[in-house]
Amino acid sequence: MGKTLFDKIWDKHVVEKIPDGPSVLYIDKHLIHEVTSPQAFKGIEQRGVPLFRPKQTIATADHNVPTINQHLPIRDELSRMQVEQLINNCSKHGVELYGLGHPYQGIVHVIGPELGITQPGMTMVCGDSHTSTHGAFGTIAFGIGTSEVEMVFASQCVLQTKPKTMRINIEGELQKGVVSKDIILYIIAKISASGATGFFVEYAGSTIRSLSMEARMTICNMSIEMGARGGMIAPDETTFEYVKGRPFAPKGNAWDKKLTEWKELYSDADAIFDSEININAAEIPPMITYGTNPGLGIAVNGHIPVLEHISDEGEKKNIEKALQYMGLNSGASLIGMPVQHVFIGSCTNSRIEDLREVAALVKGRKKSDAVKVMIVPGSQQVAKQVHAEGLDRIFAEAGFQIRQAGCSACLGMNEDKVPAGEYCISTSNRNFEGRQGAGARTLLASPLTAAAAAITGVVTDIRELI
Amino acid sequence: MKALQKIQSRFVPIPMENIDTDQIIPARFLKATTRDGFGKNLFRDWRYENDSEANPKTDFALNNPLYSGEILVAGKNFGCGSSREHAAWAILDYGFNAVVSSFFADIFKNNALNNGVLPVTVSESFLQKIFEQGNEATLSIDVESQTIRIDATGEQESFELNSYKKTCLLNGYDDIDFLLSRREAITKFEKESA
Repeated sequence: MGKTLFDKIWDKHVVEKIPDGPSVLYIDKHLIHEVTSPQAFKGIEQRGVPLFRPKQTIATADHNVPTINQHLPIRDELSRMQVEQLINNCSKHGVELYGLGHPYQGIVHVIGPELGITQPGMTMVCGDSHTSTHGAFGTIAFGIGTSEVEMVFASQCVLQTKPKTMRINIEGELQKGVVSKDIILYIIAKISASGATGFFVEYAGSTIRSLSMEARMTICNMSIEMGARGGMIAPDETTFEYVKGRPFAPKGNAWDKKLTEWKELYSDADAIFDSEININAAEIPPMITYGTNPGLGIAVNGHIPVLEHISDEGEKKNIEKALQYMGLNSGASLIGMPVQHVFIGSCTNSRIEDLREVAALVKGRKKSDAVKVMIVPGSQQVAKQVHAEGLDRIFAEAGFQIRQAGCSACLGMNEDKVPAGEYCISTSNRNFEGRQGAGARTLLASPLTAAAAAITGVVTDIRELI
Repeated sequence: MKALQKIQSRFVPIPMENIDTDQIIPARFLKATTRDGFGKNLFRDWRYENDSEANPKTDFALNNPLYSGEILVAGKNFGCGSSREHAAWAILDYGFNAVVSSFFADIFKNNALNNGVLPVTVSESFLQKIFEQGNEATLSIDVESQTIRIDATGEQESFELNSYKKTCLLNGYDDIDFLLSRREAITKFEKESA
């Protein structure tokens, strides 16, 4: 029987399988940031053990950093202390840090790919659930907790139980105005916020093959929002072309050797998955969420489910609670509803292609006076590119505010928050209660749908603007 | 990590599904650099009006004096969302040693086990039976036999736990000690796969 892409990479990284227990899985690259690493550094120090392979860990500061005046000391004392502790820990333990002020600084899942750190066939982990992003390159990449960060520090391994495998095939051409964010929001709405728990997902099919690397990253990024351990896409010419020439990509003979290996990274024709789902790309509309988990999504021009029509009591209670928090009504349409904030950023949608799409739509237009619009590039490199291409001028003319790189209003750990009761169309990945600030109401959507709302001030079907 | 063999205790019910780790411990409390003291902020925004300890939300189970105990019982897909281990630290620091649900998110489950908090997965119908019990009811959880029992009715179910993790829990061993003992094998693996 053939092997899945997942199995090929997994099997190559198992050091040992514990009988009736997990496997010792070797980790090629470990990414860390300021929020989930301090207790792990402390842990190995208390045990008196050194970092086992410090060269395989790369650090950045992203979750907690301000997105304005990054050259000044961080005003929030706790945030400052956490970022300082990262600097100290990295210097003490020999870990490369791309901290504030470094040209490589940015959201951990943006910088890994753009620097060529992320490469096909690797195992990668990070103390952050959106580590699944890196799966777009044909890697096994997943989020871990701080105890597991400590495991990687101590041994370059984690203990993992092998997940089941799921393949999601998407075939055909996308409708105009539909982008990769809509694909993943559609999938999550279809299978629910727990629909892939226990599985590692491979995305396949002609629609996926036709996507750019950055679009693929958006899809893999949100795999965790349906409970998946991770998501991945078999590498192809698009992948190789993207990786080639990046700062940490292999060069010369090493490149040729790697390329030969990478070309073997696909699921064999006779490989069997524990679950398969088929989706016709043409049926995917521009999506938006109305509730407080990413599975509560609808077509932007659709209607919120009617509570009385939901037969599952648990689900009905969930949606009822979500609608109460969101201030929305059962059965209602969101089209034309005023929003007060637009956030374009996060590890889901803050890459240069996202910002190019937004710029192309808003060029020559102005934002609605009723909306505050914040664009937060994913990294210093993205910000540099935005400037080089003159997109910053387009944004400024439209009245959009451009900030500096960081996680920002995706989780509101810094001062970028949405006030209680107000609506934000956000290109981020989570619409949980309070995620963007206590009482904030988040509507997840694509960069295009977010930009459309920035212009009109209300929830808008992007297909009417293009 | 402390050892965990048996728990017999009353429980705190939160019969909500999809409880995400942002609710268990909101992001603004992730600025700490130690593992201690998260319990007071457990479910912070469900517990207090306007983030004020002077204004507890009386309808929330943690504020209901009728409920107490070492066991938290919650609806399916508990611990979804962010990988923050702070969620497991908050649950442990508050005083819970086990969480019972019909379904756990993967990362949370690992984080809980790595801190000696036992995630007990039961069937949906058993979970509903627990929710139907009165506030005086107790549950008995036995790690060795992998069983959970509603003491008043004697109904019980077994739950999954691999034998490696069971040994860890029963003895208070942690994965890092185990991995440290395997460093030679890991070095050998590195050489062979280079």
